[in-house]
Amino acid sequence: MNKSLLAFAHSLMGSVRDLLPIFLVIGFFQIFVLQQPLENISSLVSGIVFVILGLTFFIYGLEMGLFPIGESMANAFARKGSAFWLLIFAFSLGFGTTVAEPALIAIADEAARVAAQAGHIKNMQESMASYAIGLRFTVALSVGVAIVIGVMRILMNWPIHIMIMIGYMMVIVLTSFAPDEIIGIAYDSGGVTTSTITVPLVTALGVGLASSISGRNPMLDGFGLIAFASLLPIIFVLGYGMII
Amino acid sequence: MGFFHDLYSLFMSTLFDVIPIAGIIFGFQFLVIRKPVKNIKKVLTGMLYVLVGITFFLLGLEQALFPVGRMMAEQLTNPEFLQGVRISTGDLQWSDYYWVYVFAFAIGASTTIAEPALIAVAIKANEVSGGAIGVWGLRVAVAIGVAVGIALGSYRIVVGMPIHYFIITGYVIVVVQTFYAPRLIVPLAYDSGGVTTSTVTVPLVAALGLGLAETVPGRSALIDGFGLIAFASLFPIISVMAYAQISELRSRREQRRRTKEMYERSRR
Repeated sequence: MNKSLLAFAHSLMGSVRDLLPIFLVIGFFQIFVLQQPLENISSLVSGIVFVILGLTFFIYGLEMGLFPIGESMANAFARKGSAFWLLIFAFSLGFGTTVAEPALIAIADEAARVAAQAGHIKNMQESMASYAIGLRFTVALSVGVAIVIGVMRILMNWPIHIMIMIGYMMVIVLTSFAPDEIIGIAYDSGGVTTSTITVPLVTALGVGLASSISGRNPMLDGFGLIAFASLLPIIFVLGYGMII
Repeated sequence: MGFFHDLYSLFMSTLFDVIPIAGIIFGFQFLVIRKPVKNIKKVLTGMLYVLVGITFFLLGLEQALFPVGRMMAEQLTNPEFLQGVRISTGDLQWSDYYWVYVFAFAIGASTTIAEPALIAVAIKANEVSGGAIGVWGLRVAVAIGVAVGIALGSYRIVVGMPIHYFIITGYVIVVVQTFYAPRLIVPLAYDSGGVTTSTVTVPLVAALGLGLAETVPGRSALIDGFGLIAFASLFPIISVMAYAQISELRSRREQRRRTKEMYERSRR
């Protein structure tokens, strides 16, 4: 009991250290630049306590639950030897975790407003809602496809840098054809797709696969799934902006 | 009362985020893999911890950090504040926004250090590389990349240059670096672009971008307010590869120094 309490205190201190820079930055700007007293000290303090506790629990659960399940599934798929089911799993994981992502929903609604103001779609509730949903599904689809491509790369041993460069080239070409209003949103959509739960899971999947297939190096081949998941949405959203 | 209501609604919304993921995992586990999960109890407890952790984390952020951070972004971009600290005369120049750039840099770096998804990837990279890639080394490298990216992105909003000039230049740098960086770091570097921007960074950075685009004359919040996240996910790729290049250069120099010393000693 004492031992686990000690371990908990230790990770608690780790979280404090992780969060300290934010507190320092905010404190510095409040006191020296804006020169205003902080309001609501009590809710600030309780909020900070929650942030620290939350991060501690998250890191704990990460190593206990999220990493092991991701790796054990990757191992099981590799042993089963069914690439078909593995790819279906990869797609569902990418699509399923993205389609309900709150950050994506927010950005899709914002994008619909932009498109309506620019006159690309009718400025009506209905057409804006359908535009936003279309965008959400486009991004979710792109993340699903991205994880599939990333897993195929691990299986087939394709060189990642060539694939990423082809992706960059497509982004550059599409940027010159896409309407101006969609460009900022498209670039941003690459960053918002990868959430706090998806990232550890997908990373564990990639590393687990690369370690179970002989001839693959987990460092060289295990990473890179997230890279596809943040590049492909840009391409798909630029394309979506051109079609609609 | 309000507090428990917040806690409950946040817990429920996190739960709804997790349900599709859990559904996919256990669906495939039972229908396709058809083998019991090892240590199922431990895994489930771990997932519960993740759920509780994210809920607490978000609750604390909403309560303490986001309001203060948003307020700061608003105040720092407020024309009245800018008039008080300006260094030029006449119309406001891009250089009068210097506190904005400093804030963008500092908040980008500090929120990245606290980003849970990045901590997860850093732990994994450290484990896989057998300790060659330090957890803190990677996190600091990524944080510097995000900081530079957001500061540069704020500058872009202030001067109103098109975003794709910056992004395409960034791509060219990444491509060139890819050929010179140590091979083992490349996939991890590409990944670090995507993991930097989630729970902590996005809301604060979005507030800064929106505040800037609303107050800088001639910018539209709808067009120029976007794009900061793109900067925050491109520049870490560059900084992580640079980190690996610098460590390689240093170890090579160290090696050369050592061989030289040994050679001189043997001659004596």
